[in-house]
Amino acid sequence: MTGSLLLRGMVAGLIAGILAFLFAHHFGEPQVDHAIAFEEQMSAASPHAMQMQDAPAEELVSRQTQSTWGLATGTLVYGTAVGGIFALLFAFAYGRIGALGARATSALLAAMAFVSIALVPQLKYPANPPAVGSDETIVARTTLFFGVLIASILAMVIAVMIARRLWARWGGWNGATVAGAAYVALLALIFVALPPVNEIPQGFSAQVIWDFRVSSLGIHLVLWTVIGLGFGALAERRLEARRPGRAVYG
Amino acid sequence: MTTATFDLAAPAPLPLKDILPWAVFGGLILMLGLYFVGSEEGAVSLIKGMQVHEFVHDARHLLGFPCH
Repeated sequence: MTGSLLLRGMVAGLIAGILAFLFAHHFGEPQVDHAIAFEEQMSAASPHAMQMQDAPAEELVSRQTQSTWGLATGTLVYGTAVGGIFALLFAFAYGRIGALGARATSALLAAMAFVSIALVPQLKYPANPPAVGSDETIVARTTLFFGVLIASILAMVIAVMIARRLWARWGGWNGATVAGAAYVALLALIFVALPPVNEIPQGFSAQVIWDFRVSSLGIHLVLWTVIGLGFGALAERRLEARRPGRAVYG
Repeated sequence: MTTATFDLAAPAPLPLKDILPWAVFGGLILMLGLYFVGSEEGAVSLIKGMQVHEFVHDARHLLGFPCH
């Protein structure tokens, strides 16, 4: 059964990846182009800055390829992998988080995944276009990025555990409210503990940064919405044979 | 309300021993896929050169991974 769910998760993830690619190509790529134009302007102005920037001396992959096949490969592999991992998580959660059917479980898990692996980490360390971020700090920034990602996932897991414990004793609303407050408190601790990163160069357009970051969140939102609803539909067909007179919420 | 009745019992969970082998091997391979999209030839590198990095460059930026 798990193998079948895994396959369905990867199929839902692949479809989600295709739609995320279309979104990214339409809304994200213009911002990448603006950023690269800024980068070239800067390196033309000061030749010393050349090797600090992102374009290597000889172009390994053309911009045309990067913004089409490269972007598509990235979003499709990401979507498929994330969809598969999501299915494994679903296999564990289904039937263990209360009276939720396959579709409701999938939608709930996807919403939690979007919040904990896209929204929350990006509130601390938002996505950056090319030209933002220096090569010397890549190791530190990568460590912080995965640090906040892991901390965010742990905070979500802890919040769910609290909610589950309090649910039976205090009822759904009270339990979820307390768990939600604990989650927010944990996030506040994490955000205060981790250092800020701000490497936006002087003169970089605030509009481009904003549009780039919103489109990055949009890509994740498309991805998780499609995985949550798409996988839910596929899993329901496998798990819940239609029986007359019986309906599970979701 | 139609003829459907609402059964609020949780569905039967899948046994852990059915999930575990898939989670370990499937999870490992999928994580490797994420690694190549997100991090190869960034802070750490398994393959020499910047070919992978440059190819998935735009996806890496737009998905929010630290790129360079």
